[in-house]
Amino acid sequence: MSQAPTKNGRPCVEVKDLRKSFGGCEVLKGINMEVDSGEIFVIMGPSGSGKSVLLRHLVGLLASDSGTVSIEGNVIDSPEILSKYRVAMVFQSGALLGSLSVAENVGLYLREHRLKKPAEIDAIVKEKLAIVGLEGAEDRMPTELSGGMKKRVSIARALVMEPQIILYDEPTSELDPLISVTIGEEIVKLREQTGATSIVVTHDRDLGFGIADRMAILRHGELVALGTPDEVRSSPREEVQTFLNATFQRQSITETQ
Amino acid sequence: MFRDIGQMVILAWRTLCALPLSFRHLRKVIDQFYEIGNASLLMACILSLFIGGVLALQTGPIMVERGLSAVVGSVVGLSLCKELAPVMMAVLIAGRIGSAMAAEIGSMAVYQEIDALRTMNIDPIHYLVLPRVIAVSIALPCLVVFSILVGWVGGGIVSSANADIAVPWQAYFSSLSRVVDNWAVLNGLTKSFVFALVIGIVSCHQGLNTIGGPRGIGRSVTKAVVNSIVLILIVDYFLTRLLLQLDF
Ligand SMILES: Nc1ncnc2c1ncn2[C@@H]1O[C@H](COP(=O)(O)OP(=O)(O)OP(=O)(O)O)[C@@H](O)[C@H]1O
Ligand SMILES: [Mg+2]
Repeated sequence: MSQAPTKNGRPCVEVKDLRKSFGGCEVLKGINMEVDSGEIFVIMGPSGSGKSVLLRHLVGLLASDSGTVSIEGNVIDSPEILSKYRVAMVFQSGALLGSLSVAENVGLYLREHRLKKPAEIDAIVKEKLAIVGLEGAEDRMPTELSGGMKKRVSIARALVMEPQIILYDEPTSELDPLISVTIGEEIVKLREQTGATSIVVTHDRDLGFGIADRMAILRHGELVALGTPDEVRSSPREEVQTFLNATFQRQSITETQ
Repeated sequence: MFRDIGQMVILAWRTLCALPLSFRHLRKVIDQFYEIGNASLLMACILSLFIGGVLALQTGPIMVERGLSAVVGSVVGLSLCKELAPVMMAVLIAGRIGSAMAAEIGSMAVYQEIDALRTMNIDPIHYLVLPRVIAVSIALPCLVVFSILVGWVGGGIVSSANADIAVPWQAYFSSLSRVVDNWAVLNGLTKSFVFALVIGIVSCHQGLNTIGGPRGIGRSVTKAVVNSIVLILIVDYFLTRLLLQLDF
């Protein structure tokens, strides 16, 4: 069921002047961005800048105060419209169903929508778990997994949907560098295989610059830079440079004491 | 509060609309059913035995004193059947099962599991609420039948064994069967079915609307149980009036 990118010139995901406040505190202050079909779009930014909130708007889990999100030109304002598209999300916390085993979690979408026979579902589950490097973990429960393993099961669960759009919220935040690289490669490979539009939220600069076709930097609810990795890297804005060049300088700390 | 009631009515309506899908979720219904039975049968048994007993103990001596020993069985049997068994079992299930529903669904809401279901286009009402409401509304009437039978036995034991009552076992049951007919049992079952819906909807509604961390879950559980019990007692009054009017 591989989806060729729809080349109709329209952006796949379009966000227009999106605003959202929680109890008087404005978290998103007018976000404008377009993501093309089949693109890997990376959103980076410091913790608390509103990245997860932005993603939750894209899957319809939060309703905006003003502004719109549209997919292929259709404004997403009801679950019915959204359910026409297969939009998968990898949650920051994994969000696995705690009372189901790993295999049941991964196969949930197919099982509940009766898309495949049980034997086929088992095979698909095995295959997707192998992609994220978790062969043989089918029968374990989410509580028995480490944070990184949960994240990988969550990615497998998203892959099972054969999504047209896949949103990753911090896919590598709890993973060791080796697995991080694998996941980064998987994100790219998946896009090559299925043409799925990928939106990746991360504060891992290596991952971000490694996989992005285009990227944006979010700070205090505003996009302060948007463009190809090279454009963003050479952005003159100071907050962008601070974020990109922050390094841990042990020397200067020990010297000042 | 009015918003809660409105939301619960909507939830009940949407659950009703999903009813044709219930065969799809048969497995989950059976699992829930099994869990309800497992968690409450022993409790129901003990509770009913003692309720029947205490009912006989309270009413028996007075009636015998006035020469009404022939109606002890009728009084105990009928009150158990129409009132005590349905209400007591509903309260028991609200405490044991309603709380579990609210806690389970509530923790799923807090830990974003319900959000995950939504992104997979799985309606939490179909996946979580429907099987639970169906299971409890089958299980509670079953439990009430069981409770009525055990309660009758409890009343019978006390009537025959207590020196102040001393209505023999056989006289107790023949007096009981004179008054209690199928309609009386059906009356109790109708009530318990409605109570089950109340428990299911109230608890699932609280669960789905849980916000905040573990404390939010605790709050939902408490509210689910308290609201269910209060609502059961209110509904009980009006349902009794209605059923009396219908000459049930
Ligand atoms: N449901 C909510 N209610 C109130 N405030 C919220 C809610 N969700 C998020 N916020 C606030 O919105 C801001 C942005 O949160 P968000 O989770 O999007 O950050 P983030 O960029 O994803 O950070 P991180 O990188 O740490 O995940 C935070 O200040 C947070 O307190
Ligand atoms: Mg986040």
